[in-house]
Amino acid sequence: MRFIDEFRDGELARGLAAAIRQHARGDRDYHFMEFCGGHTHAISRYGVTDLLPGHVRMIHGPGCPVCVLPIGRIDMAIRLVREAGVTLCSYGDPMRVPASGGLSLLKAKAALGRAGVGGDIRMVYSGADALTLAQRNPQRQVVFFAIGFETTTPPTAVLIKQARALGLGNFSVLCCHVLTPSAIASILESPEVRQWGTVPLDGFIGPAHVSTIIGTRPYEFFAEEYRKPVVIAGFEPLDVMQAILMLIEQVNSGRAVVENEFSRAVTRDGNRKAQDLVAEVFELRRSFAWRGLGELPYSALRIRREFADFDAERRFAVGYEAVADHPACECGAILRGVKRPQECRIFGSVCTPENPIGSCMVSSEGACAAHYSFGRFTDLAEAP
Amino acid sequence: MNGVRKGYVRPLDLRQGRVDMTHGSGGRAMAQLIEELFTSRLGNAYLGQGNDAAVLPIPPGRLVMSTDAHVVSPLFFPGGDIGCLSVHGTINDVAVMGATPLYLAASFILEEGFPLGDLARIVESMAAAAGDAAVPVVTGDTKVVQKGMGDGVYITTTGVGVVAEGQELSGDRARPGDRIIVSGSIGEHGMAIMAQRESIGFAAPIVSDTAALHGLIAAMRASGAAIRALRDPTRGGVATTLNEIARQSGVGMMLQESALPVQAEVAAACEFLGLDPLYVANEGKLLAIVALEDADSLLAAMHAHPLGQRAALIGTVHRDAQHFVQMTTAFGGRRIVDWLTGEQLPRIC
Repeated sequence: MRFIDEFRDGELARGLAAAIRQHARGDRDYHFMEFCGGHTHAISRYGVTDLLPGHVRMIHGPGCPVCVLPIGRIDMAIRLVREAGVTLCSYGDPMRVPASGGLSLLKAKAALGRAGVGGDIRMVYSGADALTLAQRNPQRQVVFFAIGFETTTPPTAVLIKQARALGLGNFSVLCCHVLTPSAIASILESPEVRQWGTVPLDGFIGPAHVSTIIGTRPYEFFAEEYRKPVVIAGFEPLDVMQAILMLIEQVNSGRAVVENEFSRAVTRDGNRKAQDLVAEVFELRRSFAWRGLGELPYSALRIRREFADFDAERRFAVGYEAVADHPACECGAILRGVKRPQECRIFGSVCTPENPIGSCMVSSEGACAAHYSFGRFTDLAEAP
Repeated sequence: MNGVRKGYVRPLDLRQGRVDMTHGSGGRAMAQLIEELFTSRLGNAYLGQGNDAAVLPIPPGRLVMSTDAHVVSPLFFPGGDIGCLSVHGTINDVAVMGATPLYLAASFILEEGFPLGDLARIVESMAAAAGDAAVPVVTGDTKVVQKGMGDGVYITTTGVGVVAEGQELSGDRARPGDRIIVSGSIGEHGMAIMAQRESIGFAAPIVSDTAALHGLIAAMRASGAAIRALRDPTRGGVATTLNEIARQSGVGMMLQESALPVQAEVAAACEFLGLDPLYVANEGKLLAIVALEDADSLLAAMHAHPLGQRAALIGTVHRDAQHFVQMTTAFGGRRIVDWLTGEQLPRIC
């Protein structure tokens, strides 16, 4: 495949691996956090860790939108279906995230009444499918469960504007869009990084797709203020390896700046048109609960009052209620980089991709699911 | 003189007609549907007996039997339809046991309102597939459910065949050192279905690989290679099937990603949808576990058969108490190729 295989070339990977080995000093360790689930997935799926020397370690970050969704938000979606009788449209991954009462969207779907009676839950590939569903079924209230970081926010803005242009009275959005810089700030401000040093962090691999929208500028503050190098990188395995090499070079030379490995798609200012669209439809929430990171101020978006008709939270008056995570689940610590998946007591025993307890085991971009599905042989397997 | 003609029933309207509840009621309408639509197309001496069950001669050997329900949506897709799929799927399940498939039984659950013309197309496709495979449909059943209680048509087929004494193919016979062969490029059926679904259209048509594999298997057995196990990687794809064999045999496996045959269109479609071809269904491919020393001769025999031209050696069996299926990635790292979690594609067969 053109424009794909080039970024997965084994020979180039071996060359980069040699360069990393050469540049990584023997007298110190390197700890880098890949922010995005897309990076986590690439690292696990292509076995990137196998190509790195032992003292260059990757820490999985919180950048998986499904993983940071707190239980209370899934509960809201289920309440919309059960109490308000809406047709809820969700991407595939949130369907399996555990909610309160042993439920998930998938289990709530299985427990629904007969087709056409009461609420309904549908899996969609894009919000546009939800809009079409609303157009075709004017008698039903259709709600799109909108999750994701800055990458998926502009499409949701477009949907809402389209719904208004079409005069759709039966379409709304349960907005759970969150902001990347808030999550990075939360990690950098955490006592484990800032005071105790229990999470050694020498730099970040910055988001790929998110940065196509917001640009590289928002990260400059982190590089300057916290003295942490940031390299924006694409989601292909060679992107990740190139970024690791660039981070090592920054660390070695004592620099802490934002560099852009993903220059084929990301600019300093990002996509202005998309940013304007988001600003037109959304505004900052004063506070939003993240799984693992807790309540973070100004870390998420809500739909502006001008578009209130399309805001499911307003239309159906469902409120967020905080729910505690499973007591044994370490997703919070894993999302902050404090623990590794295999250090969770229930990893691979109680909590598996088939029966996830925590959100990190749900999405293929989650740190636990990635380690379970692609990497757990490193804990257990015998060499061939 | 009146116009009543003795025994006359107006022929089924295959253009405008639809299945209605009387077609499942046991009355004259049902008899007419069976005669005009099913028996006439699937016709053979056994079905023509018109009894409640078929009485069949069987050659010596042990009986092999398998059953498979088909609920694919959409019913018609590039490269096939639910009719030929239901024939191929069950023939393959019997054939991978090393058996010669002999007979099929078919049961239809029809939804009220289903166009008779579509049903005729499906039955014609079944008849053609059964005819090509020389495995007749010898008995059947039809039920009708109310509108909204089904999805057009569901077909369950049951197949029987015989396998000679001493022919032992089983998923628990893989041994360390064995080689893993796939009979051709993977993921085509699942992606053909996916591409056909309304919301996602690809410019390049991907055609289902649905095919009966007993001819290829006969050629493989004739090569004399020490085949341990054969299996057709349908739902869950190659990854899931190899995990089943690894668990049954208590072994580990190591695949080479660069050796996996995948059509460029399928690879592109998978990339676009975030799917992994290793987990996408096939309906005309098989996996073979073969002793190391016979791998080359088996591969040569497969290459000589039209359904095995792209057969490839994709991995090896080794000792592993954890029974992991692992893969050396084209990138140069290693990873697990795990069981499929959740549902990658709904209703593909």
